[in-house]
This record gives sequence, C-alpha cells and structure tokens, in this order.
Amino acid sequence: MTRRIVILGAGTGGTLAANRLRRLHSRDAVEITVVDQNDDHIYQPGLLFVPFGLKRPEELVRSRHAQLHDGIAYLQSPIDRVDVAQDTVVLADGAVLRYDVLIVATGATLLPDETPGLTGAGWNDTIFTFYMLEGATALAGKLAAFDEGRLVVNVIDMPIKCPVAPLEFCFLADWFFRKNGKRDRIDITYVTPLDGAFTRPIASQVLGSMLASKGVNVVTELNTGEVDSERKQLIGYDGRTVPYDLAVVVPLHGGAGYVSRSDGLGDELNFIPTDPQTLQSRVKSNIFAIGDAADIPASKAGSVTHFEGDILVENVGRYLTGRSLDGQFDGHANCFIETGFDKAVLIDFNYDTEPLPGHYPAAIGLPLLKESHLNHLGKLMFEWIYWHSLLPGHSLPGVGSAMPDRGKIHEPV
Amino acid sequence: MAVETLGSVTLDGEGFFVHPDEWTEAMVPELARREGIDPLTEQHWKVIRFMRQEYLQKGTGPAVRALSKSADISIKDLYQLFSKGPAKVAARIAGIPKPRGCI
Repeated sequence: MTRRIVILGAGTGGTLAANRLRRLHSRDAVEITVVDQNDDHIYQPGLLFVPFGLKRPEELVRSRHAQLHDGIAYLQSPIDRVDVAQDTVVLADGAVLRYDVLIVATGATLLPDETPGLTGAGWNDTIFTFYMLEGATALAGKLAAFDEGRLVVNVIDMPIKCPVAPLEFCFLADWFFRKNGKRDRIDITYVTPLDGAFTRPIASQVLGSMLASKGVNVVTELNTGEVDSERKQLIGYDGRTVPYDLAVVVPLHGGAGYVSRSDGLGDELNFIPTDPQTLQSRVKSNIFAIGDAADIPASKAGSVTHFEGDILVENVGRYLTGRSLDGQFDGHANCFIETGFDKAVLIDFNYDTEPLPGHYPAAIGLPLLKESHLNHLGKLMFEWIYWHSLLPGHSLPGVGSAMPDRGKIHEPV
Repeated sequence: MAVETLGSVTLDGEGFFVHPDEWTEAMVPELARREGIDPLTEQHWKVIRFMRQEYLQKGTGPAVRALSKSADISIKDLYQLFSKGPAKVAARIAGIPKPRGCI
C-alpha cells in the first residue's frame, strides 16, 4: 500500500528532505507531496550582501518547484491548518491532504508588526531589516547615501535565523564606510538581548574583540520593546533608550502562521516541539520537523538543516517500516561569518561543543575562529554548493553530518 | 568562577542554582530580597512557580517572550515585577538554571 508523505514548506529543509526521500523510496512505495504558498526560493545567506551592493536581489531567487526532483508532487497554496488528530492538512481553499507522515519544514516567519512602532512611519525609511528581500533592497539605497550619524544594528529578541548575520552586518558596514571614506563620521552600535556578542564563551570573546577592534560599540541585555520612529530611538522594556539615525533590525521571529490554527501542533511561539536527537515531533509519532520550524536548541541555520537531512530521512524510513528510530542528530552547525575586507571567520559547533579554534573539517581545512581569505572564498562558493549539492539532497565530500572533533583545539585541562 | 552558598545551597558565578533540587519555596523570600524584590506579591509567586514548573516539565525555563505568552502576563508587566531581565531573575529565584538562550 502506498504511504503518503506530506512535506509542508519548499525551502531548504523541505526541498532537501523531499529529494532525499524520493531517491530512497520507489514511487509505488511512497508518494511525496510538497506544499508551499509561493514559488520564490530565496538563497537567504545572500540577503546580507544586498544592502552593500555586493549582490543584486534577482540573483538570489529561483523557482521552488524547479528544485524538486521528478516524482514529487508540488502544490502551491497557503495552508489553513494541520488537523493532528485526523492526520490531515487543510489548505486555504479547503482541499484536504491526508498523510501517513507529515514533515513540517515551514521555517521561521518574521513578525515585525509585533514590535510597536517598528513598521510605522520610519519603516523602510530610517529603520529597516535586511532579512527580507524588499527591505534589503531598500536599505541599499539608504546605505549608499548615508554620510554621517548613528547606525544601530539591533536584534529585537531571540530566537532568530542565522544569529551571526547581524554581527556580519556590523563588520560589513565598517568595511563599507571605511572603503568610502565615511567611517570616522559614522558611529556603529550593535544592540543585543544577549549578554555578549555570542552565547558561547570562546566565540563571544573572539567576536566581541573583533567588534571592538573595528570600533563597533556594543549594548548588551537590551530587549527592544518598541520603536519611537519620530524621535528615532529604540526603547528597551527596561526603559533604556538607544538613539539612531539609521537602524537595521532583526525583527521578532515565530513559527509559520498556520501553526497557531493547528490545535496541539506548536508551542507558544508556533515552533514544533521536537526531539533534539531523532527530529520526531513530541506532538505525534507521525509528525517530524526539520530546519527552523523545530524548537530544538540548535541554531536556526541552513547548515543545521542540511546536517539534519540524513538523520530525518533515516528516521522517517524507520517509522514507515515500524522500526525504532535510530538516527541521532548532534546539533551540528557551522557558519561563515563575513568580517569585511574579503575575509571571513568560520565556526563549527554542536549541542555539546561550543565553537573551538582549529581547522575544519579536519586538521587540514578551513581555519576556525580566525579571519581568513579562504573562509571568505568558502562563503562565496557555498552559494553554488547550495543550489547544486545541498538542495538536491547530497552530502558534501569530506563533510559529515556529525560535528568532527578532528582538527579542533581544546583548551589544555 | 566564584561560588557562594545560601545555607547549604550552591550557586554558580551568575547566581543560578547548580543543583535545582536543593531549592525549596521557603528560600524564595530571601532569594527575592537579593534581587531587590521586597515584598513579594501574588504576581511574583505566580511567575516564580510557573518558571519552576516549566523547568521540571521541559528541562529549561522559558525565555521572556515564551514566558509572557504561556503565563499570560505582558512583557511590560514582567519587567515591572522583575526589573532586570525577568526570565533570568525569575529563574534565579525559582532555583532553576539560566534559561537556554538561543544560539
């Protein structure tokens, strides 16, 4: 009897999961349907470069459908809700999809309207986000014309996709204004709800020093409650204010909207309660989650989604054949951190191990926790790898899903 | 990392309980006083008990936004009750580890 897998979301996770599953299971054995509300697959790591004129917006978008291999059904439709009890998905037009296995891959949604004053008068004029294509594009014009004043980069609250991107923005802004001879008339300040530049001690220290050496001020433990776009200031819940002439924010994130309409599916922020090792949801045994949609304590990042891929697919296969789940995800993430001047830092970590110095993926490889031109090239090359290797659901040569200990330098005990 | 004791209880360098099972409700008034909270109101107790319960059920206390939504108290009110970072302060008083900030 043909089993039906429904995958919600045709972004990074949905696409690689669908393609991997299609390759593993015959069309007679398993029917795979992917649902997404639009056909615009955006290479999100490229958004960072748009405000600085390093990438054009149209270079970042391809058809979602075109990334899915043959034998995968694709439905373009908004989702109304998931009926967990009935094992069905109800689409916006009322159509009902029954599933044997549901994979939630609808990622994280930006919620700029949830911060009072953010999307008011100053939105896309003096306060922007580069996490959306339109915002990143509008910001390019503003940055090119920005001659002096206070640039404030703010993460409103966690969790966010790609926690290093706001730091990268600060580094690139420093480079951009230095290149254009305007740096000494511009003050750059990074405002974060965290108590440091990053949440793990060694990386926080390294990144914090880099911010300091580039003259970027840091304000920590500030949870932005509202924006006063008339006076141009961010107002923390604790009453602290941060004035700006130009603000670049990362808005609040939540899970996809339909999750709030799906009884029992999501947590209070609409992320899916998920086992951090098996990627099976804690909601029902036939529901799995991959990528930013899950509530697991890993970064919301494309690399995490990729490393989750083979474990997810292994466990879905086991579930379908009634075997116990074996796949063990270790929370592996790695991130290239653009630091300007054609250099980048690479960090590699998992649930148990914080970013450490050394090399990746082995003793011969890219330098960890250090700026290098090689890392910058790696970041640029990654775009090709994304479309041609990662989305089709291939593993990368020499790059295993689990975080390697080889090549890492631990502090002497 | 400096470690101090509250009676026979061990706190880490940031004031969080190293062994959450050493906590009792009787410790709450003193812990609150150390955070500058005196007197404790019913709202304070509600949040503290909620944080403790979330930790016992889920293995971690919630961060401030999740706390606001599930305890049904506005973030503004949480900051009125616990002025310096409600999730962290309430976690210290509730004898649970620092809420897992996202990475």
